[in-house]
Amino acid sequence: MSCNHIYFDHGATTFVRPEVIAKMLPYFGLSYGNPSSIYNLARSAKHAVDSARATIAECINANADEIYFTGCGSESDNWALKGVLSANKKKGNHIITSAIEHHAIISTCEYLEKQGYEVTYVPVDEFGMVNPADIEAAITDKTVLISVMFANNEIGTIEPVKEIGEIAKKHNIYFHTDAVQAVGHIPVDVEDMNIDLLSMSAHKFNGPKGIGALYIKKGVKIDNFIHGGGQEKSKRAGTENVPSIVGMAEALRLACLEMEEHNKKLIEYRDKIIAEIQQTIPYVKLNGHPTKRLPGNVNFSFNYIEGESLLLSLDLKGISASTGSACASGSLDPSHVLLGIGLSHEVAHGSLRITLGYENENHEVNYLLQVLPEIVEKLRAMSPLYENVLKENK
Amino acid sequence: MEYTEKVIDHFSNPRNVGEIPDADGIGEVGNAKCGDIMKMYLKIDENEVITDVKFKTFGCGAAIATSSVATEMIKGKGIDYALQLKNEDVVEALGGLPAVKIHCSVLAEEAIKKAIGDYYTKKGIFKEEKTECACCSKEGNCDGNCTEH
Repeated sequence: MSCNHIYFDHGATTFVRPEVIAKMLPYFGLSYGNPSSIYNLARSAKHAVDSARATIAECINANADEIYFTGCGSESDNWALKGVLSANKKKGNHIITSAIEHHAIISTCEYLEKQGYEVTYVPVDEFGMVNPADIEAAITDKTVLISVMFANNEIGTIEPVKEIGEIAKKHNIYFHTDAVQAVGHIPVDVEDMNIDLLSMSAHKFNGPKGIGALYIKKGVKIDNFIHGGGQEKSKRAGTENVPSIVGMAEALRLACLEMEEHNKKLIEYRDKIIAEIQQTIPYVKLNGHPTKRLPGNVNFSFNYIEGESLLLSLDLKGISASTGSACASGSLDPSHVLLGIGLSHEVAHGSLRITLGYENENHEVNYLLQVLPEIVEKLRAMSPLYENVLKENK
Repeated sequence: MEYTEKVIDHFSNPRNVGEIPDADGIGEVGNAKCGDIMKMYLKIDENEVITDVKFKTFGCGAAIATSSVATEMIKGKGIDYALQLKNEDVVEALGGLPAVKIHCSVLAEEAIKKAIGDYYTKKGIFKEEKTECACCSKEGNCDGNCTEH
């Protein structure tokens, strides 16, 4: 946003667009009513929530009464998995997911395993792609739910959601997709893709933080997650976050309206960054699928250097990005996604994720491409691993 | 990750980066699987004074900064002084490190000790130096296959 800072971490979060803030503001002040009350002040809040629900439904080709607001994408994921499994105990206790899901899915699955449920983590190929045949092969007579992400948050690979949806439908199994990185970025059609449940989060598409939604297809058996009052048709209690709900809907409306034009720009930038890094910097590897990837996602491993020092160097040049290195997260292992596509620990430590967004401009891309080779070279000059490579090449 | 100005300074302008082709002692610790390797080169004169020191490090900002400041702290000093250098001293010299990065300072201490151990070995004076894997705190050189990896 600021003129001397370049933000390339839109996969982490995005800024709230001014048009969105303008729509939200009245619901903090003048229209502060509780939508559950019956007087006039409350009615405008209720109307705003209803209208937001309809807008969001339209963007994913759902019905308004199939959209349930939550506190975030993680809550939507938790609710989908725990709610469906506990409501369908008679049918079975097995869930199929992929090895490269977001932690909101992976950690929930690990919790469910402790509760006695069975989970199959289907591996992915070198591009992070789930093979629908592997999903089908993992189905047992106890399988209740398949949960595969729409697009991966780290490497940007877009999964064959429609094919997986067809398999789920054929076997009469519920299909959930964590679409936090997809909604507002690429076309999502729950009807056409046979999706039964879908998670989304507003702050990934220039909406506010702290608001998400779960699409639950009419007829899906799911237990309530937050017990209490009658909000969200008694399925998810808690007074509605009216300003954020309004903001989420406006952000998604704009994102879907501008998607085609916006993506043309992002794909141009993305492909330029990928091509130039491959041309100018030796010993690199593009992570994720070469074509079936999110318009704004670039993910590279730079051999012989470590990701956190790369991020720190970029930050000193005014550029924000992210990495799958363990050293940046405080854990011992690098990203399970990078290990899941077959990278060694060493190569996974040297990863850099650049996620482009709404406000990025061509000169920012050029600046990145100008400073990145110098930074990589400087860090490699310090690296004992690179020293060995140079000696071997002599 | 909150780094002090000193860490950023040593990371951006690391002192004593490089190799010493005719080093009297070389010490390499850590492993690539963990995400950090530190290699120290020492030049030691007949009075057992460290006349020159260089390092190469593969690792995060803290690993590079601790290597840099540690080389500064032992350059021109006697071996005995260098052997007494503790990781806490390195942390202090940097004005502190985030808790998850303390192991980087341990690596710096170990790299120096290992380089001096190498010097003793080369000179025929055997001195056993125990090193700990900073990742798993196992004694002996971790091969990267410990349960912590």
